[in-house]
Amino acid sequence: MLSEEEKKEILKEVKQYPYPSAACIDALKIVQTHRGWVSDEAVKDIAQFLDISNEDVDGVATFYSRIYRKPVGRNVILLCDGVSCMILGYETIYEHISKKLHISYGQTTPDNRYTLLPISCLGDCDHAPSMMINNDHYNHLTIEIADNIIDNYK
Amino acid sequence: MEKPLTQHINSLSIPLTLKEYQKVGGYAGVNKALKEMTPGEVTDMVKASNLLGRGGAGFPTGTKWSLVPMDENQGPKYLVCNADEMEPGTFKDRYLLEGNPHQLIAGMIIAAYAIQAGTAYIFLRWAYKKAETILRDAIAEAYEAGLLGKNILGTGFDLEMNIHSSAGRYICGEETALLNSLEGKRATPRTKPPFPAISGLFGRPTVVNNVETLSWISHIVENGTDWFKGLSLTETGGTKLFGVSGKVKRPGLWELPLGTTIREILEEHAGGMLEGHGFRGLLPGGASTDFLIEEHLDIEMDFQTVAKAGSRMGTGTMIILDDKTCPVAFLHNIERFFALESCGFCTPCREGLPWVEKILLAIESGNGRMEHLDILRFQTKYMAPGNTFCAHAPGAAEPLQSGLNYFHDDFVSHINLKKCPWKS
Repeated sequence: MLSEEEKKEILKEVKQYPYPSAACIDALKIVQTHRGWVSDEAVKDIAQFLDISNEDVDGVATFYSRIYRKPVGRNVILLCDGVSCMILGYETIYEHISKKLHISYGQTTPDNRYTLLPISCLGDCDHAPSMMINNDHYNHLTIEIADNIIDNYK
Repeated sequence: MEKPLTQHINSLSIPLTLKEYQKVGGYAGVNKALKEMTPGEVTDMVKASNLLGRGGAGFPTGTKWSLVPMDENQGPKYLVCNADEMEPGTFKDRYLLEGNPHQLIAGMIIAAYAIQAGTAYIFLRWAYKKAETILRDAIAEAYEAGLLGKNILGTGFDLEMNIHSSAGRYICGEETALLNSLEGKRATPRTKPPFPAISGLFGRPTVVNNVETLSWISHIVENGTDWFKGLSLTETGGTKLFGVSGKVKRPGLWELPLGTTIREILEEHAGGMLEGHGFRGLLPGGASTDFLIEEHLDIEMDFQTVAKAGSRMGTGTMIILDDKTCPVAFLHNIERFFALESCGFCTPCREGLPWVEKILLAIESGNGRMEHLDILRFQTKYMAPGNTFCAHAPGAAEPLQSGLNYFHDDFVSHINLKKCPWKS
């Protein structure tokens, strides 16, 4: 079931378009903002609400990288693996984070605190390496800086 | 030297408010276009300015607009700003979006007026959170000042402006894929023709322009085509945002005349290579452009001249390959990106790119064979324009085909040594 708040937010997006199904991506993002990810049940609820088939909504949900069809941790670390960040050494930062949190890309820590994912490119190449945690952007990373930033996310 | 696009962007990137921007002359172009010019006159002016699209393809903006049917009472038309910047190595639109949102909005109002669109969308990259907040505030200010909404400046022209924050896929930058995405669908590219100007968003006439392109419009209308042409050192009008990333002393972004040489950008503005690093090559306009090497450093950055040297100016943001970075690893990184971001719709792209990625990984990790180089060369031809549905795979083939030529010896030494010479 979509919550009243979710419905209200989705209807606000629907107004931007000539017909409701165009708000499919917005609806998926709204649900994800409230719940952290998009479950099978949520796909069905969105489909019903926007009058689209379940398969169409799932097709859209699985196409886009930033729609999560599996649960993620409370904090999602997106480490830029673009070519400029590679030149500036994101790989050593990845190795450090991976060792520190005992997870590799696509995994979540057992305490549900962090999920680690790759992303390319964050459009911050002149300040590489960079990363995002949730909605926050960080650049000029070193192992120490990345380490401190990550600790701040509880 | 005039820097129209960035003159009001300060180093902290705190954008001017609408009132502040108006005080320094902002929105004057909107006044002029809507009150003194017909839509056709605006389009003709942009056409005459020879403004070439700044998203990478360099298509003439005025020509794109002039394809839109202008009969009255024919139903809705749309203007879309492509702000889905995701080309690896590219960070210019972010700067304009965060630094001067009103410059973009003013340009969009005029563009929408020229094609008589009643609704405009900014298709914004998901990751650009700061830009999203800044744009939402700026759009709200513009509504409040009567520059958006019904009867703009009392001229009878109506325009609604919306932001669509995307859900993350590189292919959304392809204009027809972007339109599918705006319609709430998977972002697979569409067949052309019909071109978006005839049948675009929701099946209606639509113009899609890049952020940097639209940011120019108000300046051109206000200052004229001669002024615009005079900003450039070549026949193409205007300045351009040029960027440099990689192992240089001062990575960054500069607004410079079109036609500035690569050497000047690299050595004067970016300060040259970092101490202890030698130059090997560069991608002049993002990951999907062919390598240029030492012998090309004196060519001018413009669409035509870079094309003559066998590459593309693309987005104008260069990625530098230095001698401490393995060219095979560099290419593997790029091809992995393109393989991951293929929409999967057509075979050469869906199957070819992962194949290329796996071979590059094999070579980089010491498992390469000489025949792998033939397969890679075959793939660059197989993914060439005409064999694929859109420009994604041909773009991916560009750095690969030139990389195979310029760094042939490096590929061979990986294969002979059975390891990457850059790894101890």
